[in-house]
Amino acid sequence: MTRTRFQLGLDELKEKLLRMGGLAEQAVDRAIEAYSSRDPEASEKVFRGEQSINMVEREIDELALDLLAMQQPVAVDLRFILAVIKVNADLERVGDQAVNIAERARDLAGLPAVELPADIPRMAATATGMVRQALEAFIRADADLAQQVLGSDNSVDRMKREIEAAMMAQMKQSPASARQALDTLLIARNLERVADHGTNIAEDVIFWVRGADVRHLGPGTPATPLP
Amino acid sequence: MGVGMEARDLNAWFGPAQVLHGISMDMAANQVTAIIGPSGCGKSTFIRCLNRLHETVPGARVEGKVKVGGSDIYGRSVPAVEVRRRVGMVFQKPNPFPTMSIYDNVAAGLKLNGFRNRRELDQIVERSLCQAALWDEVKDQVKKKSGASLSGGQQQRLCIARALAVAPEVLLMDEPCSALDPISTSKIEELVFELKKDYTVVIVTHNMQQASRVADFTGFFLLGYMVEFDRTERVFTNPADKRTEDYVTGRFG
Repeated sequence: MTRTRFQLGLDELKEKLLRMGGLAEQAVDRAIEAYSSRDPEASEKVFRGEQSINMVEREIDELALDLLAMQQPVAVDLRFILAVIKVNADLERVGDQAVNIAERARDLAGLPAVELPADIPRMAATATGMVRQALEAFIRADADLAQQVLGSDNSVDRMKREIEAAMMAQMKQSPASARQALDTLLIARNLERVADHGTNIAEDVIFWVRGADVRHLGPGTPATPLP
Repeated sequence: MGVGMEARDLNAWFGPAQVLHGISMDMAANQVTAIIGPSGCGKSTFIRCLNRLHETVPGARVEGKVKVGGSDIYGRSVPAVEVRRRVGMVFQKPNPFPTMSIYDNVAAGLKLNGFRNRRELDQIVERSLCQAALWDEVKDQVKKKSGASLSGGQQQRLCIARALAVAPEVLLMDEPCSALDPISTSKIEELVFELKKDYTVVIVTHNMQQASRVADFTGFFLLGYMVEFDRTERVFTNPADKRTEDYVTGRFG
């Protein structure tokens, strides 16, 4: 009987986390939409949406705390709840990155439009794709899928470096559009962090499913199993 | 110091029914080893094989080896009484001798073995009661008060003192807290933590949180087999066997 109640709690936790994931993803999409369309109203939507993200974050933490205190979970259940707490924090940070991007987009919308050599939408698609895939791995308890996410981080880092170099060059060559170049550079940095959060989420999924800590390992290093 | 204990290919029967199947397990010296598993899994039978109590049940028998500090307790010419002195046991329900004083309860084992030196006996009784974390609560009335007049938790600590008085090397505990309230339980758990400095402790428990709190190693038994044996952290964070995981997470048992 008690276990049934516990299982209901775990299901509710998972459901809320997916809702949180949906909100965070949507926030980044809207922020990029604001950037592409130069529509300040799209940025406002991101600012307003942040409140719901923060609210769901708190709900998840409260529920996780209740389950830890009242059900004393162990083994796979304990790893699941720990993973949820960490994924939750990462998703909230994704939401924060979306707000930062929306602020830059609003700034850009107020400046003259200039053509810059930076494919922000492509970088955004890769970064949010990582978060989406990591959450998909979470839904399916699929550590192999989560493992694939870890491989994508390098390409996002490369895109960020390319955009950074291009924007630095732009600022030197054309000081008149320096502010636009700086905003774009900052957006690329925010997206790179979104990808980092995707990586963290994928690592947490692997921890939950396999009980192995794969954080801070170079490529090809075997994962450390728990004691 | 406690000595290590090892069970090798241990099988046990009640009449024709085999209740333990080929259990091999090392119980490390000065460590706490917990045995967990659902009712009827053989955990109590196992622990009763470790001091030759199982064979006292009519029709019951044991095959295999149990070594304490290297010598087999089932070896020829090893007297069961000597085994039970080296391997002490505390049971589920506190069972002090009801008519004896606290003092006599602790001294009983020694007196039975012909120990008569009054001063030394006093010292051993005091030391045993101290080790069992009971001395401070009873020191003014050890000879006046009967064992049965103590609270349940105190009675259980008295039984622990009684077991320690004969200087065992291993202490077996068969669900020692199942009849106790949470405060008494936590006292016994703290005591187990202290006792392992001097003894090797093997504890059978129904309470998985208790195993995770007190034990360095945990063995999971199911239907007379040992399914998994590992460091306690591992058993409760990432067990290797699906059946262990189902049991510790409460999905069956």
